[in-house]
Amino acid sequence: MLTKRIIPCLDVKDGRTVKGVRFEGLRDAGDPVALASRYAREGADELVFLDITATNQKRATLVALVRDVARELDIPFTVGGGIGTISDVEALLMNGADKVSINSAALARPELIDELAARFGSQCIVVAADARYHEPGGWQIYTRAGTHNTGLDALQWCQEVADRGAGEILLTSMSNDGTKDGFALDITGAVSRAVSVPVVASGGAGSKQDFTNVFQLAHADAGLAASIFHFGEIGIRELKEHLRQDGIAVRL
Amino acid sequence: MGIAIIDYKGGNVQSVLFALERLGVQATLTADHDVIRRADKVLFPGEGEAASAMRELRTQGLHELLPTLTQPFLGICLGMQLLGRHTEEGGGTDLLGILPFDVVRFPAAPEYKVPHMGWNNLQTLRSPLFEGLSGEDYVYFVHSYYAPVGGYTIAEAAYPEPFSAAVQHENFYAVQFHTEKSGPVGTRILENFLKL
Repeated sequence: MLTKRIIPCLDVKDGRTVKGVRFEGLRDAGDPVALASRYAREGADELVFLDITATNQKRATLVALVRDVARELDIPFTVGGGIGTISDVEALLMNGADKVSINSAALARPELIDELAARFGSQCIVVAADARYHEPGGWQIYTRAGTHNTGLDALQWCQEVADRGAGEILLTSMSNDGTKDGFALDITGAVSRAVSVPVVASGGAGSKQDFTNVFQLAHADAGLAASIFHFGEIGIRELKEHLRQDGIAVRL
Repeated sequence: MGIAIIDYKGGNVQSVLFALERLGVQATLTADHDVIRRADKVLFPGEGEAASAMRELRTQGLHELLPTLTQPFLGICLGMQLLGRHTEEGGGTDLLGILPFDVVRFPAAPEYKVPHMGWNNLQTLRSPLFEGLSGEDYVYFVHSYYAPVGGYTIAEAAYPEPFSAAVQHENFYAVQFHTEKSGPVGTRILENFLKL
């Protein structure tokens, strides 16, 4: 039986993990390879690396990081953050990334999704969508690291990216992100029902029950979180045991 | 001598090279017919789209070489599908015809997303390739097309209906999942293959 996936997300800058990782037993919590290997051993199903480097050397450091991670890691991983061209994607895939996630570049020129899917196959093209709830107006898509409202309806945009050939949608609720009050069940459920590709839910995870809810009530295919894993608030194994007790198929 | 990984621009081969490196095994990425013919073992990974993969294999004459190989051979993901007769992908494409299956697309269904992406367990294991493993073991799949179950099937997975997770004909073994991305279980399968 296909299992629901648990995905820790690591922010990296200049090839180092950032955003306060507090982990005992890691000599260097800033080393993405050490952290990735630890998550893999604990039972993470996949990892996402979000690159927030803003320098000119960005591409070279990201490719080097991907290579180092791929050399060590025996589970799949996705790389995202400021990726905008076919040659960017090619360099990352050829060096061992399993999937590449695009966001602002797809909003700027949606045809990029078709081109990437045709060139590399849908299976490795993830579209990340950042949505925020407005009253009135509903869920709208933001771009440029969540700083700019495109005015696009979130559900319509997700349907469009799936139609254009995205193999997976990484849906982040900016309204829930950082709250630890749980995932955005309404928009996650609406997108998951509307598209035929897998949906990764992100933003708001604070408890094990939040994951149960996003899988059972919103039909997400995977749940992504950062700080609750980095700070050791929830262990991946205990989370998966909880999910299994709730009748959700997980890999243990 | 050694292990040849077939180089036909069939997607991400780096992960397969790294997986072998973790096992302390050196491999050569090559399209050279002599090197491939002389190798002890041949790996045939693949990702992406079947028609362009077949075009590249034909360009390099590999479509004629591969069926004549006699050493243990392991196809991975698209590298498994290409061993069949025909695929629905891309409006229909003829494949290498080493195994007698036709590749079809998963039907879209509300609870069953396509691609079939993630960890699924292996069932009805019947090959030395899976020595030491059980139906509780999970491997990582990413694919939209599949080979139906047949006499050539040596492991099944279900989504929701059973399909071929692994196939074999004589020296030709192939797996639909990514051994190189399936954690310790995948590593064990690679080790088992290297012992064949």
